Amino acid sequence: MAKWDYSAAPESTEIVDVRDTYGLFIDGQFVGPASNDYFKTINPATEEVLAAIPIAGETDIDNAVRAARKAFKKWAALSGGERAKYIFRIARILQERARELAVLESMNGGKPIKESRDVDVPLVAAHFFYYAGWADKLDYAFPGRRAEPLGVCAQIIPWNFPLLMLSWKIAPALAGGNTVVLKPAETTPLTALLFADICRQAGLPPGVVNIVTGAGPTGQALVRHDDVDKVAFTGSTEVGKEIQRAVAGTDKELTLELGGKAANIIFDDAPLDQAVEGIVNGIFFNQGHVCCAGSRLFVQESIAERLIGKLKQRLATLRLGDPLDKNTDIGAINSRDQLEKIRKLVGIGVEEGAELYQPACDIPERGFFFPPTVFTGVSQSHRIAQEEIFGPVLSVMTFRTPAEAVTKANNTPFGLSAGVWTEKGSRILWMADRLQAGVVWANTFNRFDPTSPFGGYKESGFGREGGRHGLEAYLRLKETT
Amino acid sequence: MSSVATATQHSLEIVDRIGGSVDAVGATERAASLSKRSIKKDSKAWALDLALRCCDLTTLEGSDSPGKIRQLASKAIRPAPGDSSIPSVAALCIYPRLVAVAAETLKGSGVHLASVATSFPSGQATLEARLAEIKQAVADGADEIDIVISRGAFLAGDEDTIFEEVAASVEAAGEAHVKTILETGELGSYDRIRRASLIAMAAGSHFIKTSTGKIGESATMPSALVMAEAIRDFAELTGREVGLKVAGGIRASKDTVRYLVIVHETLGDDWLTPDRFRIGASSVVNDILMQIDFLRTGRYSDPDRYTLD
Repeated sequence: MAKWDYSAAPESTEIVDVRDTYGLFIDGQFVGPASNDYFKTINPATEEVLAAIPIAGETDIDNAVRAARKAFKKWAALSGGERAKYIFRIARILQERARELAVLESMNGGKPIKESRDVDVPLVAAHFFYYAGWADKLDYAFPGRRAEPLGVCAQIIPWNFPLLMLSWKIAPALAGGNTVVLKPAETTPLTALLFADICRQAGLPPGVVNIVTGAGPTGQALVRHDDVDKVAFTGSTEVGKEIQRAVAGTDKELTLELGGKAANIIFDDAPLDQAVEGIVNGIFFNQGHVCCAGSRLFVQESIAERLIGKLKQRLATLRLGDPLDKNTDIGAINSRDQLEKIRKLVGIGVEEGAELYQPACDIPERGFFFPPTVFTGVSQSHRIAQEEIFGPVLSVMTFRTPAEAVTKANNTPFGLSAGVWTEKGSRILWMADRLQAGVVWANTFNRFDPTSPFGGYKESGFGREGGRHGLEAYLRLKETT
Repeated sequence: MSSVATATQHSLEIVDRIGGSVDAVGATERAASLSKRSIKKDSKAWALDLALRCCDLTTLEGSDSPGKIRQLASKAIRPAPGDSSIPSVAALCIYPRLVAVAAETLKGSGVHLASVATSFPSGQATLEARLAEIKQAVADGADEIDIVISRGAFLAGDEDTIFEEVAASVEAAGEAHVKTILETGELGSYDRIRRASLIAMAAGSHFIKTSTGKIGESATMPSALVMAEAIRDFAELTGREVGLKVAGGIRASKDTVRYLVIVHETLGDDWLTPDRFRIGASSVVNDILMQIDFLRTGRYSDPDRYTLD
């Protein structure tokens, strides 16, 4: 019997119109950078150059913050209902242009089209719909307290979920009456610039949303600008700490959503086939470029052998390759730098004595790819059990009792998320009470919803995004006595 | 069918050793994600050809008559008369009373003759009567027997009865292969579907089958997935490779391809053969033929170009 190969099923890129050169989106206009400096953004799956992207310098940042300040007065003075109209309009256009956004997200970031199409873009629209609904209810959201906008928000987002992180930042800010200057990540600026076009299409007043592109120095200039009222950052713990130092001593509000090293804990009574799906979804979703990825797997010793056997079988069916192919499960690593970092840490894992497993899979010749990787025989003292790898690399450890699982799971500088797999409801609650993580998933993993707050403990940051909590991060609440 | 391992009966103890539970949300999501695989061009042509070869062309009506059975048997042998590239289906599946008629037409064709038995679809007859029905169908020429489990006994917790009845049916069928229908739509949970799958396999079934097609809920993607996972776990522990049959409500060729994806990604290439996978259906055969023609010509043909038997 011949093997059944799935024919290539690539999503067409015709729907996307990628320009050669982009501008900064400031005060409702696309403008060139003062310095006239540009960098090239590429497709990580092919290494082809997609477009030239402006590098915003201090002058450009100042222009963007001024535009946001100028727009703030009128925007904040609009009734909540009026602001909601704009945000609802943006949400609807996001849905109408969903395919275009999904294809561009996969082209620029390397994530599989099935994820950008079925997860990222629908969630992005859902966030705008959700926060549009809050805009006219601010007077009722926090009983006994009056909500006021903070002002101009500086927002810096990462490359793993470019549009989704944009929506987590911009939607609640606009609903609360703030204006924003957002900097997308250096490697994934294109969908943010397409979003700028959507703001224009929605007739959003100029200056309410400004998009500035560039690398670290652009972000620093934005964070340090005197007229910024709030800084919101999602990214690495290292940069988060720098930002916290930069805003120390100022009256800028700050929220940080940083790294993670989540524990995914499998008890012996768990539904094993679904747990395997949860493990796969936990660490291989978006190539493991997920701050809340379930990168540490804790398996009860009594089922370890059986579960790992099932997991290895499942890995053999994962399809790695062209992110635009509708059957691709694992796409491209976002950048050469990230690929190098993953390779280095995997090398360290091998040197430290953990046992490496990778299923046989063809790696495309061009582009940045890394096979799904599972380390067994890992100890807490291994670096691969402690450091965030941010790639498709799972470290497997075992435990014997619930208490031991909690101790080991919490034994990390991070605390963003955790997963618990068991058929026993009381044990789920017992574990959730004790796990130091902002999100605890039970019999599922990497599930997001705009109504549910997301954020970390310890070095995973502070502040919450999503839900009413996420709204609060963009408001000044005053007691009304 | 010699490639299917000989049925060896195990005890209920093996069911407990394999055990396991199913999370309904997770199973549903996994099935939904598998049904999104995009099967195009060559891979689709390959799948449609296989789907056709896996069909148990079925008629289970009170109005079935010798004439009807002869016509359908011809269709099973030659689904597309005049086109030698179109294979025969796997089997013809009918009620026991007309097995002798069908055996005459199918003789020498390579198409298997399956008969439902054991008081299909309810199973509510004495065990003696059900076993006698199996023996008669085999004596008349059936080489495959589709039996039903006593759902009433299973839901009442009487697993011993289910095990013993299936084992007795397998014994009564002799050389004929037994496909055990769980009637998943009546079992109420994926946990029970898994459990019933394991019992049916332990008792010696050659195939486990989703449904009779006679109640509201027939085969679904998640129930097929859960059964495939049970088959894989059973094979891992015992080495015996049991087949899967999905049946009831399957009318679109697209759905047959989706079931093939579930089998492919859960059980692997070894199960992509009529010896280990079957689709119980009737009208879907013409839809498959129509899709095969569409892939070849780029155009849909007039439905009247496909025979209605």
